[in-house]
Amino acid sequence: MWIIYTLNGLYFAALLFLISLGLNIILGVMGILNLAHGSLYAFGAFIAAWMIITLGTEVPPFILYISLLSGLVGVGIVGFLMEKSLIRFMYKRTLEYQLLLTFGALMLLEDVIKMIWGGQAYYASAPFVLLGKVDIGSHVYPTYFLFVMLIALIAGLFIWFFMSKTKLGIMLRAISLDREMATGLGLDIDRLSTFAFVLGSGLAGLAGALVVPTTPALLGFGHEPLILGFIVVVVGGLGSLKGALVGSLLVGFTRSFGIAVFPEIELPLLFLIAGIILVVKPEGLFGR
Amino acid sequence: MSKNPRWIVYLLIFIVLLFIPRILSIHDLMLFEYGITFAIVGLGFNLLLGYTGLLSFGHGAYFAAGAYTVAMIGKYFPQAYSLEILIPAALFFSMVLSIIFGFVCVRHTKIFFSILALSLSMLLFALLFKLYHITGGSDGLRVPLPNLFGMSFKGIRRPEFLSGTYYYFLLGMFTVSFLVMKGIVGSPFGKALQAIRDNEVRAELIGIRVRRYRLYAFVISGMFVGLGGALWTFVNGHVTADLSHWVFSGEIVYMTLLGGFGIFEGPIIGAMIFTYLKLYAMGNTQYWMFVIGGTLIVLVLLLPNGVAGAFSTLWSKIKKSD
Repeated sequence: MWIIYTLNGLYFAALLFLISLGLNIILGVMGILNLAHGSLYAFGAFIAAWMIITLGTEVPPFILYISLLSGLVGVGIVGFLMEKSLIRFMYKRTLEYQLLLTFGALMLLEDVIKMIWGGQAYYASAPFVLLGKVDIGSHVYPTYFLFVMLIALIAGLFIWFFMSKTKLGIMLRAISLDREMATGLGLDIDRLSTFAFVLGSGLAGLAGALVVPTTPALLGFGHEPLILGFIVVVVGGLGSLKGALVGSLLVGFTRSFGIAVFPEIELPLLFLIAGIILVVKPEGLFGR
Repeated sequence: MSKNPRWIVYLLIFIVLLFIPRILSIHDLMLFEYGITFAIVGLGFNLLLGYTGLLSFGHGAYFAAGAYTVAMIGKYFPQAYSLEILIPAALFFSMVLSIIFGFVCVRHTKIFFSILALSLSMLLFALLFKLYHITGGSDGLRVPLPNLFGMSFKGIRRPEFLSGTYYYFLLGMFTVSFLVMKGIVGSPFGKALQAIRDNEVRAELIGIRVRRYRLYAFVISGMFVGLGGALWTFVNGHVTADLSHWVFSGEIVYMTLLGGFGIFEGPIIGAMIFTYLKLYAMGNTQYWMFVIGGTLIVLVLLLPNGVAGAFSTLWSKIKKSD
């Protein structure tokens, strides 16, 4: 049974990694904690569910899997609009206003989801069912979960490569290290910030799209992932990619084994571990 | 004190407040009582935000601590279910909780502080939600009418209770909270908090023990919010785990900003406006979050000092032009 718990832990970690990576990029580059991140995730879930339902069962399976990318693209566009219309006025404002603005954006987005898709649940399990199950030792495990891990791995490698090897990525890191100096060097902060916000939002949307074949999309879908994403960011350290990875694994495994061993206090247990880490190492595992 | 026109205004407002139950209908009076409880919450919250410069997105936890103290005593120790026991108990438990959580939070400032406060409140939420055989989980707990100094309100319906004795009890608690907070803010301790807010390093250099003072501010503010929570339960008649959810904490931040956190009376005004705004938005459209969220965004972009701040700017402009 333990191998299944381990795989489940990896699966939770994969999703959390995508969410917290997005949070972390936005936080690192723009210095803004996006409270609406969970709603962007929910937006991605609804877009993908709607796509899958609209496509129906007639289309070849690979198109269904490609349609999951609609979460990434769709929420990327939402992120673009959000940054252009609201977030960009917040760079010079103090923390209170930044947080409250994203809190207002959260409320707006939740109701926009309600306006577009109504209050009912959206089931879109076709991609999950089609992949079937694999035998692992003496147990069977849904192949789709392995697919999600693979996607998260690819996304993680892509972001790592992008941030450390490409010019654009290096410019983004320069902004997160020293915004003023980066401006002084002539970087186009406005456009780069927009780009970072779109990238972070898109990752949240992708995570939402990947989840929707396993659980129906509901209103208030993004609240729990947002909190777990916060824990990952706090435990891993603000603005650190390595921290996001290690934090996701920690939270993922705690959840998976917590659900198996103490189902009632799985979430409090998680907070307890996070609390202990923070008392011992206040800046988080990989914080600066 | 008598020379200061501000105190005369306070006194006039207090006198008007005494006659409120005769003026308002029972429905509006209940709303007004919600507003008063949130005004106490706002006063406490603003000690941390406006005076110490720490933004907590988790003060719902202390509200829930106060509210659940009342509900749990009502369920498990009905013989002790009397206001003169309930209020100190609520203060005590919200103090204990804010000492524990505050100890972890005040080691940090800025975003880190906000996220930590938020996460810890969600810990309480998770506990209240999961331990449903004790706390009622998502169904919550019903709150019966309490006794007061041996007076029993059995057989009286809630609206009558709320428009009579309880309104004056609430008004008394609000007045005490107001005066105590006014005292705290004006005391050397309050000035020290403001020094920490304005410049932490300097405050430390002149010998203020920054972290300890932050913890004191955190605990005092937690107790005020807990008191507000306890008083709120009797008006609402029901408590649920959602009180500790961070979205509820967000509403506390919202009303403080709505009134203006740079001004002592701001959060009180904000609490009143927010209560009415939320009710009318909820009553008139199913998209009330859209209305509230949109208002918040407009507020952040156009009225950063809140309603009270806008009025005080306007007032000083009028004075100048004279």
